[in-house]
Amino acid sequence: MDSQRSDERDVLVEVRGLRKRFGAIQAVDDVSFEVCRGEVLGFLGPNGAGKTTVMKMVTGFLEPDGGEVRIGGTDVARDPLGVKRRIGYLPENAPSYGEMTVESFLRFVADARALQEPGRSLADVADKTGLGRVLPQTIDTLSKGFRRRVGLAAALIHDPEVLILDEPTDGLDPNQKALVQELIRDLSSDKAIVLSTHILDEAEKVCNRAMIISEGRLLVDSTPDALMKEAAGENVVRVEWAEEPDSEVIQSLKGLSWCERVAKAPGHGIYLFPADGENHVRDVLQALEGQDVLGIHVREGRLDDLFRDVTGGVCA
Amino acid sequence: MISFTGFKAVFKREFAGYFASPLGYVFIVIFLVASGYLMVSRDFGRFLDLRQADLTAFFTYIPWLFVILVPAVAMRLWSEERKSGTVELLLTLPVSPEGSYLGKFLAGWSFLGFSLVLTWPVVFVVARLGDPDWGVLIAGYLGCLLAAGAYLAVGMFFSTLSRNQVVAFIFAVAASVSFLLLGLPRTQGAVGRLLGGYAEEVLASLSLADHFDRFASGLVEAGSLGFFILFTMGWLAMGMLALYQTKAD
Repeated sequence: MDSQRSDERDVLVEVRGLRKRFGAIQAVDDVSFEVCRGEVLGFLGPNGAGKTTVMKMVTGFLEPDGGEVRIGGTDVARDPLGVKRRIGYLPENAPSYGEMTVESFLRFVADARALQEPGRSLADVADKTGLGRVLPQTIDTLSKGFRRRVGLAAALIHDPEVLILDEPTDGLDPNQKALVQELIRDLSSDKAIVLSTHILDEAEKVCNRAMIISEGRLLVDSTPDALMKEAAGENVVRVEWAEEPDSEVIQSLKGLSWCERVAKAPGHGIYLFPADGENHVRDVLQALEGQDVLGIHVREGRLDDLFRDVTGGVCA
Repeated sequence: MISFTGFKAVFKREFAGYFASPLGYVFIVIFLVASGYLMVSRDFGRFLDLRQADLTAFFTYIPWLFVILVPAVAMRLWSEERKSGTVELLLTLPVSPEGSYLGKFLAGWSFLGFSLVLTWPVVFVVARLGDPDWGVLIAGYLGCLLAAGAYLAVGMFFSTLSRNQVVAFIFAVAASVSFLLLGLPRTQGAVGRLLGGYAEEVLASLSLADHFDRFASGLVEAGSLGFFILFTMGWLAMGMLALYQTKAD
């Protein structure tokens, strides 16, 4: 049974016991995971958790102190160039040569990758990332969103099987974020994708697997949905009135079976904390029927709170 | 195993880069004006007063000019890549670190060679005014090219050590000047008195200026040629090793 399953799974990224130390800081401590074709793995974690260091070692930029990385079965330490040919990598902050035009920059990347048809690859990737209009422009003159897309285009130009994206949507406006997320989803069917983010919402939109890293250790390997459920503060209901409500009303809300506790909210409002973390907004609506209520809000789980939970309050 | 995969792509990008930014043009203008001035000036080369159809007046000051100008070309080669984070992009392409290093070096060297070609008017003037010894002239230019490569290798090494271009520049100038000063008779005399004649000879053999002067006076000797080749390759190898250590800092 087991062997049959592992045959079906097309493992493209294999990381075993990865370690890296910078001076006194153990940046990455015994991290192991696998990513298969079709999977989009989200690395979640606060800044300085070790996400970027793991990615730098997977792409062969940094040599690990211990452990091994295999991309499509090839060991990074043995054949770094072979691995680099199979990976598309967007480093943190999407660095590119600012004095070059978008076209000459992408041509350089195609050239360095020794692509068979550089002209066609360039046209394809420019089309995919929506860069056609700005190809003759100098990269320094572009907006942040466009520069990020230039970095993405450079990572995608050779249509790699494995994509490593370090905070692909960081610093983008909501529209640009949505575009990049859509692009990643479109790409995901025949690739293994690893991306890092500190926004749980984003992980939920694009990833089908999520990991939490803190202080260099892998703490949780799960799905974004399950993480959302676990997140502290999930489905807290806030009710808001125009003026101070009757104490009777508050008593009736307190009396709801699932309500663990009630707290004062800013203005004339209260928070209702569900004991089970489920969504009970229907009950609240029923209980408040016919009343002059300003608003009812259901709060989604917050990654900050989840971090605090799983990491024992070490990080924000 | 050392591989130079991808060096052609890096070379092409870097060489074109000198002409895509003001740096290349500023360098060429300053180099041509300064070398011309030093050659003709009454205080330095006294080319017109010497009334000789050779370029001694021109070649004499080239190593001193390069000591300042070549580190200015070299300082950005890795400092800038590290500061802007593009080093991560570059070294995660299927391009080996040695290949990138060599590509950058050869691009910079070709650019310096191009600047030397642009000094053709002085050759033209000498050829019109008299009957120069072409062998000496070609040896002199070969010496200039080799000295440019040697200083570039030194400057590039210091560029891998610091993300700050100014720091890289100052260290490169200091190191380059030291190798020039080793050749001054006063330095050699002092060392000779302190440590004996043998030390003086070793020092003289390490002096960039001495070996350059051989070329400038028309001598292409295996020893001097070997010195420049080993000197340049040594600094390149040190820079490649340093790059492995510093790329991720």
